[in-house]
Amino acid sequence: MERRRLLSFPSLLAASVPAAFVSEPLVDVNVTIGDWVVRRSWADSTATLIARLRRHGVNSAWAGSVEGILHTDLAGANARLAAACAGTMLRPFGTVNPLAPDWEEDVRRCAEVHGMPGIRVFPGYHSYKLEDEIFARLLAAATKSGLLVQIALSIEDDRAQNPVLTAPFVNVAAIPELIARTPGARVMLLNATSRVFSGAPLVSRLAQAGVFLEIATLEGVAGIENLLGRAPKARLCFGSHSPYFVFEAALLKLQESELTPAQTAAVRHANAALALSRA
Amino acid sequence: MNRRDFLATGAAAALAVPAARAASPEPALSAWGTDELRKLGAWDVHAHVGTPGPNPAKRMEALVRIADRVGVERMCIFMSPPWQHEPKPEEFRRSNDDVLAILKEWGSRAFGFVYLNPVYTKESLAELERCVADGPMVGIKLWVGTRAHRRELDPIVRRAVELDALIFQHTWIKQRGKGNLPQESTPMELAELSARHPGVPMVCGHTGGAEWAFGIRAIRARPELHGDLGGGDPVSGQVEMAVRELGAERVLYGSDVSGRSFGSQLGRVLGADIPDSAKRLILRGNLVRLLRPGLKRKGIKV
Repeated sequence: MERRRLLSFPSLLAASVPAAFVSEPLVDVNVTIGDWVVRRSWADSTATLIARLRRHGVNSAWAGSVEGILHTDLAGANARLAAACAGTMLRPFGTVNPLAPDWEEDVRRCAEVHGMPGIRVFPGYHSYKLEDEIFARLLAAATKSGLLVQIALSIEDDRAQNPVLTAPFVNVAAIPELIARTPGARVMLLNATSRVFSGAPLVSRLAQAGVFLEIATLEGVAGIENLLGRAPKARLCFGSHSPYFVFEAALLKLQESELTPAQTAAVRHANAALALSRA
Repeated sequence: MNRRDFLATGAAAALAVPAARAASPEPALSAWGTDELRKLGAWDVHAHVGTPGPNPAKRMEALVRIADRVGVERMCIFMSPPWQHEPKPEEFRRSNDDVLAILKEWGSRAFGFVYLNPVYTKESLAELERCVADGPMVGIKLWVGTRAHRRELDPIVRRAVELDALIFQHTWIKQRGKGNLPQESTPMELAELSARHPGVPMVCGHTGGAEWAFGIRAIRARPELHGDLGGGDPVSGQVEMAVRELGAERVLYGSDVSGRSFGSQLGRVLGADIPDSAKRLILRGNLVRLLRPGLKRKGIKV
């Protein structure tokens, strides 16, 4: 790179937002309705959440309910989520806890009653592991119902967890084998953090298994570009973890990475579309 | 992906925008909000040159190339891989040699902070002379070599004042302090140091990190202490609280690249519910003000 070009910093800034950013569709696969219990978020209502996403060019956002994490009446939480999303850009992802009695009915209602495209699970907060047989049964049931399964590996930095509200980070090593055992299964990891992203062999194994990875907690300078350099087959999806995280953080991570047009399209919307398409 | 593929792969279903809402009357905005902020040229108080490259200057070139994409004009750089928690003098000198090599090529984009370990007080003071008094650096970086409230820091602070060098002390509160490294400082300990040196501006690195709300409270009563926002998740509410409790003049944009992303850390400032005037201070104005005495001493115009 010519040093002269680098030194002309102010003039470079005029062109620092690629035009492709505003013309490409944008799907945010990691949005939640409601405040996380330990902190006030930037969205005091669903309308506020939608308005800000729309302002930044989001065409569709996949929303879970914060109630799904700690509430036990998940059928009620899912019904409220579906109602809140109806007629908006939000697509509801209900929560299922496979340790709850008759959880299969929650899966059925998510698919058949609410017409949801997928479900979101919180193994760390619901006290099971992905290698437990119960999760294999949940994955099979969701797959049979045509549902994408989003696995939230964390909600917040575990160094910041309130001592009375701790949840372990979810180990994902079992996922490739689980998918191999469950034909047609579609899995997306949310908030994977550096514990997953920094492990090149693990990311490659997940990519090989067809797992989708969302970027809200993908860090490091030019993180998206670097990860795709290490694991070109990784199926990255744009996600902001809004409104718990500041939305603009995810958007600027896209700007920070130099991506090909195909990679940009994949991260912004095409991988999300793929995640929703049944085999 | 062409339009046919887009439809065939279900992209339309993924978007699923109700027809009445599909045509938004408002064009999408950039994450910067306004052009004025986009063109501001952010100054980053917290950067490590961990990008790959055959030598320090090339590593910096890679970092600058990425900084350009997101509007970061200047970076305060310190330490060099490998990261050593409790470095011996020869180790922090080697680390500083890398920063000096970078400054030779990239003085137009980087400010150097000398990495010290106050446990080795005499050697640290000598390194301060080499890199700041007699060299191009303008600040001091203290990491996890010893706790910030220890008396070993006092002679370093006194000499920093004489040299107009800005002190940056890493702080973190992990699991309410139970998860900290043995010699890792908290904002509370930095406030103790500040109380012994009233009027000396210092930067509270990470402002406690994950437990930033405690960090902000810990430094609130010490007007000399400035909160670095870098290095944690871009959590909602952090910047708003910092501005509310410290005042915008005491809050600094820092990224903690290369471990963190420029973008995620910029985003937390740009997306905060604070006035643009406060964002300008945080992204640039405050650091310009804090560094100006040291830069002036070296004849560096900004």
